[in-house]
Amino acid sequence: MLRQHARKGSTAVALILSLLITLLVAITVYLFVAKTWWFPISITAFGNEVDNQFHRTLIITGIVFALSQLALAYAIFKFRDRGQRARYVEGHSMMEVVWTLATLVMFVGLGIMAKNAWAEVHFRGAAPGAMKVEVVGQQFQWSFRYPGPDGAFGRYKTVEQAEAQRKRGDQSASPWQLDPADPVGKDDIVLGPGSEMAIPVNREVEVYLRSQDVTHSFFVRELRLKQDTVPGMTIRVHFSATEIGTYEIPCAELCGLGHYRMRTNLKVMSQPDFDKWLAEQAAANAQ
Amino acid sequence: MVTHDSGAAHHHEPPSGFIWKYIFSKDHKIIGIQYLLLALFSVFLGMALSLLMRLHLAWPALKFPFIAGGAMTGEQYLALLTMHGTIMVFMVLTTAPQSGFGNYILPIQIGAADMAFPTLNMLSFWTTFLSLVVMVAAFFVPEGSPIGGWTAYPPLSALGQIAGPGQGTGQTLWVVGLAIFCAASLMGALNFITTVIDLRTRGMSLLRMPLTVWAWFITAILGLLAFGVLLAACILLLLDRTAGTSFFIPGGLVVTDQIINHKGGSPLLWQHLFWFFGHPEVYIAILPGMGVASHLLSTFSRKPVFGYRAMVYAICGIGFLGFCVWGHHMFVSGMSPYSAFAFSVLTMSIGVPSAIKTFNWLGTLWHGKIQFTTAMLFALGFVSLFVSGGLSGLFLAQPSIDLFFHDTYFVVAHFHLIMGVAAIFGIFGALFFWFPKMFGRHLSEPLGKIHFWFSFVGVYAIFMPMHWLGMVGAPRRYAEMSSNAFLAPLMPIHRFISIAAVITIAAQFLFLFNFLWSLWKGKKADQNPWNATTLEWSIPSPPPFDNFAGEEPVVYRGPYEFSPPDIAEDFLPQHVAPQRVARGK
Amino acid sequence: MPWTTVFDDVEIIQDRGKGRGNEPPAGGDDDGDAHRRPASPPERRYYTGLMLGLVAILMFFMALTSAYIVRKGFGDDWQQVPLPPVLWVNTGILLASSLTIELARRRLAASDPSGFRTLWLVTTGLGILFLAGQLAAWRQLVAAGAYLASNPASSFFYTLTAAHGIHLLGGILALVFVAARHFDRAKVSRGLAAEVASIYWHFMDGLWLFLIALLYLGR
Repeated sequence: MLRQHARKGSTAVALILSLLITLLVAITVYLFVAKTWWFPISITAFGNEVDNQFHRTLIITGIVFALSQLALAYAIFKFRDRGQRARYVEGHSMMEVVWTLATLVMFVGLGIMAKNAWAEVHFRGAAPGAMKVEVVGQQFQWSFRYPGPDGAFGRYKTVEQAEAQRKRGDQSASPWQLDPADPVGKDDIVLGPGSEMAIPVNREVEVYLRSQDVTHSFFVRELRLKQDTVPGMTIRVHFSATEIGTYEIPCAELCGLGHYRMRTNLKVMSQPDFDKWLAEQAAANAQ
Repeated sequence: MVTHDSGAAHHHEPPSGFIWKYIFSKDHKIIGIQYLLLALFSVFLGMALSLLMRLHLAWPALKFPFIAGGAMTGEQYLALLTMHGTIMVFMVLTTAPQSGFGNYILPIQIGAADMAFPTLNMLSFWTTFLSLVVMVAAFFVPEGSPIGGWTAYPPLSALGQIAGPGQGTGQTLWVVGLAIFCAASLMGALNFITTVIDLRTRGMSLLRMPLTVWAWFITAILGLLAFGVLLAACILLLLDRTAGTSFFIPGGLVVTDQIINHKGGSPLLWQHLFWFFGHPEVYIAILPGMGVASHLLSTFSRKPVFGYRAMVYAICGIGFLGFCVWGHHMFVSGMSPYSAFAFSVLTMSIGVPSAIKTFNWLGTLWHGKIQFTTAMLFALGFVSLFVSGGLSGLFLAQPSIDLFFHDTYFVVAHFHLIMGVAAIFGIFGALFFWFPKMFGRHLSEPLGKIHFWFSFVGVYAIFMPMHWLGMVGAPRRYAEMSSNAFLAPLMPIHRFISIAAVITIAAQFLFLFNFLWSLWKGKKADQNPWNATTLEWSIPSPPPFDNFAGEEPVVYRGPYEFSPPDIAEDFLPQHVAPQRVARGK
Repeated sequence: MPWTTVFDDVEIIQDRGKGRGNEPPAGGDDDGDAHRRPASPPERRYYTGLMLGLVAILMFFMALTSAYIVRKGFGDDWQQVPLPPVLWVNTGILLASSLTIELARRRLAASDPSGFRTLWLVTTGLGILFLAGQLAAWRQLVAAGAYLASNPASSFFYTLTAAHGIHLLGGILALVFVAARHFDRAKVSRGLAAEVASIYWHFMDGLWLFLIALLYLGR
């Protein structure tokens, strides 16, 4: 009874399911080819490398995706129950070996090809003379610090110092404030919570990422760069932006109730504009 | 029925009294159903949470009658998100396919009267139940449930109330609940493995086990090795939260202007411990589905599984590699770039056994005689979802590309397709297939098919567009999409997803109705309604208390003898003696 | 019904004609048959279950151990706690208990139930003494001002010893269970129960040696 029912409906069911899967492939392939929604522009050499690697991966996975889904759709329709007897096949060792090796070469090869782009940011250190910027995350805001003319960051107060100050009544004391006793910190330019970050165009920048409280993540889409800021660690990444403009920095690691509104901008400026901007910040900082 | 003493086999008497028969039952079948009911409750709860999230994301100003003030706040959204993830991963995806169906079907498929340790089995269910109660209790504490996500990264999860609402008592309940769940899962895993090793009946050699049994077996091994690690991590986190230790909390933190009195801990340590568990957990969720899919594709194509041995090796390979790749969750966490690269290549190689499985599924269908039962439709849907969800993993496995995609909606799309809905499709397939065995009645096929069409189209409509959200760089775990300029143009996609989610969720009530209605009114099922070959179909539906009535079945052949050339029927069960088979057409 | 099959005489797959069914399964194009059948004796599951339990416990302690190593290398706040001397006494007690439990099992094998019982209770007593000694070690640490949250070394000391102590407490309960239970109508024999309990006990012993080596060498 059940079988009769299954067979009667089987052509319609097979057809619908095959068509749905084919439709899925068509829409997916179309949207990836038409680039309806796509990456923002890339403003680093590294970003271009990532985009190329993405394209290679997309082509390979796209072919595998389309072929396997279409094969599934074909099999569903072609081999529906029409009263035939299934062919008794237990397997085919040669085919197993072939597709195992083929996927191994394809997937692992792809993984190894990705090495260059990764090495660019992470294996190689920043070029000497790179401009340093410290980025500090705290719940729902970013702060920045530029080292000033001496190119070196001053020391922060120790926890003990800050606690002692608090005991003396200065409730704003924090181990994230410059230690006034350290001469290196005198020329540091601190942009407090809620500031924007600026860098000169075509100049290697090394970012020192830190967090005051919980894990945040520094993400600039156009740089193709994302790095968690992990409390207790200083993580360095470097890049050189090639296009002047303003780019958003959304927080990309769950950091609490205001995670979604933790954002600021990265401004890439020409060198003269940047120098002017930095001088303004230094003047404001000195007051 | 013949019952005679056969030495090794114990003949069990069913217990009397409602409580011992149905509540504190030691019968693996009752326990399996208990697990499934727990998962059924949890999946509707988790789904309700996701519905609220989707409504808020698409229409942020929408007022909810049960929220004071009307519109949802950021912390309420995160509380929903955390509980949705936790409940779905642990109480549904870990519980239903493994503990639920595994408990019910595995002993029967290997010809055993029960699990190896029935009392332990009962304990593990009630411990799981306790853990669910503790976790759900987090909804009812004054500050609400935790907002740290299902991965609970410290320091956010370790600092307590100061880090955000829900991070106080709520997060403590979460950690305790999870630790209890670990204990329950360890008991269950131990029981499963012992059962497979020692309780197989005569003739049931390892390579005659159904692929479902293989999947449950390997899943149990993963659980045994992984949950102890999570338990250790939970204990350390609990100590950080309550006893003032600093395992995960570094020094010098200032949270909402207070200096935190901890020092020296490593937030990355939690991430390593968590993902050492967390990645195998992904396979704990999906492997049983892969076993069920193989089983159903073979049964309803009336063909042996293509490359049975390759399938077994692939399951083992996935299980093994699953322990070597946890670092791919941490490419942007600040770990050594060299180990990141090693993790990447290992992760890419996990694609190989996954591809083997896919090709073998296609090979199983080829030249078959496909019967479109609802169970089969869900198995076919599983294959399609597995391919779609698996391939996006190849992007995320490459650290350079992951630098962009990490924690964007691309990841949400990836894991929901592969470990979320693919696993759910495996569960549905299993339920439609075994429901007649478990309850002696069929689920309604027409209702089931309608439910399938809505679900299949629905989950693709929900999760495929998320890839494009990820392409644009939309971060996940955002309560609102209004604060960043680049997110605003994506609102139409969010609305599309939310509408698809509402329709898909509504369709799940068709299933709920089908389930409840069929329990009492469904069409009566025969002993072997699908003409299937494994041992569970050799006993009545539903099976008697001790499965094989004190006898030890004998197994004569592999599990997938469909359409063998020299007999008239298109299936040859494992238990039929060769001398009983009428050879020649 | 369109469901008639050539096997419809088989309601339930037991062999009714007793003779043939007990032969090894015929045919089979795969391995396994030679090693497997007849079905494993029912007692074997207790060994298997125990071994798997030990694997799980080992993973738990390995996780704590790797946390110990990582945490030690991470912060700059690691101050070694001096190991209380009583730990060496405790170690001796635990080693002795492994010896007595083996002697007890020999008595049981030699059909000397009272000798078994005495030695078994001695083992249980030594186990309790060990736990008491661990508590004493904690008190010595507290007296020295090293609390759970004082610094990471003391945090790990308390965590590791507590985790081991809880597992050993489980072992003591098992020993009491074996001593107190009537095995006349049980599915397992006393010998089997004693063996399973003693394997667990030796494992706890070995685990303790590992932990004290870790705490000692990790200074």
